[in-house]
Amino acid sequence: MTAPDDTPPFSQPLLDVQSLHKQFPVGRKAGLIDRIRGAAQPPSLLHAVDDVTFTIARGETMGLVGESGCGKSTLVRLLTRLLDLTDGSIRLDGIEIGQMPAKGFGNSPFRPRIQMVFQDATDSLNPRFTAAAAIADPIQRLKPLPRAALKARVEELAAMCGLPAELLGRFPHQLSGGQKARVGIARAIAVEPDLLILDEPTAALDVSVQVVILQLLQDLKQRLGMSYLFVSHDLNVVRLLCDRVMVMYLGRIVETGPAEEVFRNPQHPYTRALLSAIPHFEPGTRKDGHGAPRLRIAGEPRSPIDPSPKVCRFHGRCPKGNVACEQSMPLLHAVGPGHSVACHFPGDDRPEANDPMEKVA
Amino acid sequence: MTAAPVLSVDNLSVEFRTRAGIVRALEHVGFDIGRGEMVAIVGESGSGKSVTAYTVMGILDPAGRVSGGTATFGGLDLLTAPEAALRDIRGREMSMIFQNPRVALNPIRRVGDQIADVLLQHGGVTRAEAPKRAVEMLARVRIPDPERRARAYPFELSGGMCQRIMIAIALSCAPRLLIADEPTTGLDVTTQAAIMDLIAELGSAQGMATLLITHDLGMAAEYCDRIVVMHAGHIVEAAPTAELFRHPRHPYTAKLIAATPRPTASLAELAAIPGGLPDLRQAEIPPCRYIARCERRLARCDQALPRVLGDGPDSVVACWNPL
Repeated sequence: MTAPDDTPPFSQPLLDVQSLHKQFPVGRKAGLIDRIRGAAQPPSLLHAVDDVTFTIARGETMGLVGESGCGKSTLVRLLTRLLDLTDGSIRLDGIEIGQMPAKGFGNSPFRPRIQMVFQDATDSLNPRFTAAAAIADPIQRLKPLPRAALKARVEELAAMCGLPAELLGRFPHQLSGGQKARVGIARAIAVEPDLLILDEPTAALDVSVQVVILQLLQDLKQRLGMSYLFVSHDLNVVRLLCDRVMVMYLGRIVETGPAEEVFRNPQHPYTRALLSAIPHFEPGTRKDGHGAPRLRIAGEPRSPIDPSPKVCRFHGRCPKGNVACEQSMPLLHAVGPGHSVACHFPGDDRPEANDPMEKVA
Repeated sequence: MTAAPVLSVDNLSVEFRTRAGIVRALEHVGFDIGRGEMVAIVGESGSGKSVTAYTVMGILDPAGRVSGGTATFGGLDLLTAPEAALRDIRGREMSMIFQNPRVALNPIRRVGDQIADVLLQHGGVTRAEAPKRAVEMLARVRIPDPERRARAYPFELSGGMCQRIMIAIALSCAPRLLIADEPTTGLDVTTQAAIMDLIAELGSAQGMATLLITHDLGMAAEYCDRIVVMHAGHIVEAAPTAELFRHPRHPYTAKLIAATPRPTASLAELAAIPGGLPDLRQAEIPPCRYIARCERRLARCDQALPRVLGDGPDSVVACWNPL
């Protein structure tokens, strides 16, 4: 879905996130003796989400990819308002919800509008709730219905998610992985959310079931007009479902753009490494050396604790980082319609192919 | 395959006694792995991939019983060998990497000591040398700063690091056979690729045979010489990787390939596999366990399962009506 001009393919953002920050204090708190000695230092801060800005339009699917520890989950918890933010704003339909305390958000009229499908359907379902009770629970809490209407609604939701009505009386341990995934989805869409956040919804499923669940999600989105934020590290899956993607690295968005464009023409070295790491489904590609050699990144990520505001977060692991990357942190800049990257040397792998000054300027 | 295979599994059947009756988890499973070869067993959960690996390693659950067949490794039948002989082989000549490294490692011992344990037990290393050799092993699996990391506990290391430690333990005695049971499940794609590269590299450097248990056809395609496809305790097809993808013969293999997300297919082009695995607790299971899900079944499909030779000399298909 590449737009020919600068107009995004979707208008009227449903979710508008601006300069979102979340920092966690870490390390030992200054004790009494430290204070008497005057050696108390401000606590170290772990920058989990750092200056994240993006929008999701109505009916759009945004993919969020990145490795574990990159801040995906913290970002999701901020957006679902399970966690208070440090700075920035989250607007839903133009209304600021970022400043509402997470503690009371469960009773807010916005709660039904943002719902979530969790990664592990087994762990996220209450083992003592039947499938029907699990689906009915959010309705009873957020949009109460009389008994008969509730039963009809649960049956309707189960049918929408392809869960046979005779399974509604079963407990999670009596359901298969695919059936539990369907319960998890039915429960999340029960209160008719505008934004559904999907955290690796098919990670625990076999390929044979994964396809069905992905097709169900695609179908539900079209029928109900929801927007999705699809969190995954399986890029083959992200590519199937998403209109746009964001690549996150150590709390920051390093590349974002239309999914097809990012997959076809990745600009950030980290995105290139991610794409290079997915199995390409061509037998023997690794062995006989056909095609481009795989790009591998070595080492471990930099520490997210008190990171230097000047150094690129990917510096040290980056195959083409140099002095410029230690002197100024690259910010997101446009490289194509709707396609932005935070790198001094985007694009081609050969550093000499790019003039750094041109890119910085 | 020219030389004698490192591992030769033949006609292996395993059953589990459960309260609901006997489950025939594996029936007539057979495959060979040669020196330096990497072979994948792929299939859905419940297809018997891990049971096969556990049986070969001799660490089958007590409820399981080998009801027939052989698993020959270096002239020894692993299934009838005394426990003492097995203990001598395991860890030294064949070792295994498990799915969840954090659970498989001892949480209250430093990782360097855990590698040293194996070297002391099997590697013929003196107590004085062992710690140094452990650090060398950490360096070989590309752990940065190995001296410091040798003193770390598993909880201090990332998932990818823990899996490298597992690999270091498994490879410390230069085994002839490595069994890797879903070694990268739950790891990031970049880490996943690095771990698989490492296994493949160390494997080919030592001429080690590797059995990769995975549900990820893409990964099997990329790293393995041959692929064995399992369904409900049966091998339905086995073939060299390129051949299997170019011309899948068993209907299940074709469905599995069609269901796997890959860079060239759209969501609508991917097709689910209808139905599920049959209930293996029933007394009467049809000879072909795929029959209920199969679109190509014929009248004679309820007869005993055939073993049809595939396109090449190394390939077999268990189907009356192959593609």
